[in-house]
Amino acid sequence: MDFDLTEEQSILKDSLDRLLNEHYGFEQRRRIMAAPEGFSAEMWSRYAEMGLMALPFSEEDGGLGGTPVETMIVMEAFGKVLALEPYWPTVVLGGALIRFGGDDAQRAELVPAVAEGALKLAFAQGERNSRWDLNHVETSATKDGAGWRISGRKFAVLGGDSADRFFVTARTAGSARDDGGIGVFLVDAKAKGVSVRGYRMQDGQGGAEVTFDNVPVGADAVFGDPEGGLALARRAVDAGIAALCAEAVGAMGAMHALTVDYLKVRKQFGVAIGQFQVLQHKAVDMFVATEQARSMAFYATSMADSDDAAERAAAIHAAKAEIGRGGRLCGENAVQLHGGVGMTDEYAVGHYFKRVTAIDMTFGDADHHLRALAARGGLFQAA
Amino acid sequence: MDLRYSKEEQAFRDEVRTFLAENLPEDIRRRMIDGDYGNKDDLVTWSRILNAKGWAVPHWPKEYGGTGWDPMRQYIFLEETQKWPAPQPLPFGVNMVGPVIYTFGNEAQKAHYLPRIANLDDWWCQGFSEPGAGSDLASLRTRAVRDGDHYVVNGQKTWTTLAQYADWIFCLVRTDAQAKKQEGISFLLIDMKTPGIEVRPIVTIDGGREINEVFFTDVRVPAENLVGEENRGWDYAKFLLGNERTNIARVGVSKQRIARIRELASLEFSGGRPLIEDERFREKLAAVEIELKALELTQLRVVAADARRGKTGRPDPASSILKIKGSEIQQATTHLMMQVMGPHALPYHSHDFDGTNEPPIEPDYAGSAAPHYFNYRKVSIYGGSNEIQKNIIAKAVLGL
Repeated sequence: MDFDLTEEQSILKDSLDRLLNEHYGFEQRRRIMAAPEGFSAEMWSRYAEMGLMALPFSEEDGGLGGTPVETMIVMEAFGKVLALEPYWPTVVLGGALIRFGGDDAQRAELVPAVAEGALKLAFAQGERNSRWDLNHVETSATKDGAGWRISGRKFAVLGGDSADRFFVTARTAGSARDDGGIGVFLVDAKAKGVSVRGYRMQDGQGGAEVTFDNVPVGADAVFGDPEGGLALARRAVDAGIAALCAEAVGAMGAMHALTVDYLKVRKQFGVAIGQFQVLQHKAVDMFVATEQARSMAFYATSMADSDDAAERAAAIHAAKAEIGRGGRLCGENAVQLHGGVGMTDEYAVGHYFKRVTAIDMTFGDADHHLRALAARGGLFQAA
Repeated sequence: MDLRYSKEEQAFRDEVRTFLAENLPEDIRRRMIDGDYGNKDDLVTWSRILNAKGWAVPHWPKEYGGTGWDPMRQYIFLEETQKWPAPQPLPFGVNMVGPVIYTFGNEAQKAHYLPRIANLDDWWCQGFSEPGAGSDLASLRTRAVRDGDHYVVNGQKTWTTLAQYADWIFCLVRTDAQAKKQEGISFLLIDMKTPGIEVRPIVTIDGGREINEVFFTDVRVPAENLVGEENRGWDYAKFLLGNERTNIARVGVSKQRIARIRELASLEFSGGRPLIEDERFREKLAAVEIELKALELTQLRVVAADARRGKTGRPDPASSILKIKGSEIQQATTHLMMQVMGPHALPYHSHDFDGTNEPPIEPDYAGSAAPHYFNYRKVSIYGGSNEIQKNIIAKAVLGL
């Protein structure tokens, strides 16, 4: 057992940290966020040049054969600077759907395009009443000759404002909450009948509501079994959650560091406020939460690509619950310990708080995953 | 990064399990499962079985009886014995005074005391805390005055765990009243049979008798019982308290508790169905399990870092959180277990403590639930309270 990075992984981490230190300071990020597209096309190209878009794909498919550890490194680095580019929806989540669901032809078409940064993806999955249940799909896909016609509305689609194509869950059989009868389809954002209402999320990242109005797609738009897509969606979401955990750890570490620095320089009553024990202990609580979260991000990463769905799900539920809880503790305390400054938009700490909050509300908050883990029998059984 | 145990580590784990299955007497295991942890005879029996195998003090240097296992094997051994569950070694000997003696003691002390600690021939207790010296340990006042070949010790220690069984006590004593408070302290080994020592029990809130006051009145201690140098005792005490980072989290103990809670929660009923099916209960249990999983991995990060750097390296900053989270989780498991028992947790099972022959109150496995809950408040108090731990992290890790 070891927790160390390989030499190549260390190089990846160092070079990405260097790039982001140079180009993703808080003021630079504010300018990027203020631009109409809400992210930096220039940074997107740099990530592609570095090979980040090709990371998780196998070498046979034209990728770099990276493991979930490489994804963890990238996402933690993005979490530290609150990067706004739609890497996660495209490469992590979309990439997982391609890797685990795409046949040879689909992978041959998509992987090179994603790898060079030419294609952006989003997973249009959530619906008005689905909350975080991946099986709750009312959007329909009905057979039309060899292909399908898709109708329905998808909400809070992360990266949906900038996506070129959408992965869509749609019901091919059964009723709204059945596990069976769900297909995963790839639909062009410009296809007839697709309308995208782009918006900003609370944390500044891009999102969209996407409506599919009788959209025709070919037989080759289906990823995997048109009635058995739920397992694929779950698998991809598990990989996505593991990456979000790493991003959250990056954000938690960064806001903890900001907070500790502030405690050292802010003076009241003639002393640095970090002299006050009650504030010290809150800062320690944040530290403990961050380290526990880091441990769980390692755990999620180690299970992210596991073929054992039960083992994987237990780990992902546990990690997402811990990170939701710890992220909230860290974020709320970071704002509190900064006092009024923490409330201001022009200071970084609130933006970290918003990002970890958004991560908690993405693909299941702490309570959702706690409930799911408890329902499946917990983590530790008798020897 | 690879979070799987290697084949060799798996094989080692199997070897430990096989040894436990073949060597730990079943009645001892049964008492451990039922929560009877303080049984002296069981601990002596098991310590000698381990010592005969050469496994009584795995973490000691090989020349003093250690196994030479790397930190990961030491951790696996510990976890397996805790999960089994087997009695846990008496910490005052093998984890506290033993390492102080082999690190700072002289050859005669090493030769005499270390084998006796490993075999539990000597039952050690810890004489640190005093009525006026708890978290502020350095203000201790028990004094030792040199008189020829002896020190004459006067004063009082308190919270002395299992002193009623002890053959020896290691004490921090003040040998220089003029020096700064940390600089006038020495580390002394005292035979509990020496005239002038009196042990008085302190009954704890669970009704148990685990801790004591120890009074010293003109107790004459041979000067050769001084460990290391006079007035350097504070350094040795800091070494002792900072030495332990493999077991402080007690992950294996909590894993065993949780498995037991799950087992008993399927026997106890609530709302006409097994308690384990109650959403509120099972989610509380799962929340503790998640915390424990995170703690286990944090612990393993520390162990892996120790294995790579060698034990002399600076501890991973994560090690400082092991005591805090470990104690919180242990306490949470005791509360959950009491909740499993519900109204059956209410009767006070006095026979657990006074050895009378009354038939047990049913169900007999419920008797230890509430006492453990009460008793385990201690784990966030002893060894530096959790608040003190936070002060340490704030200073040493965060630089506040």
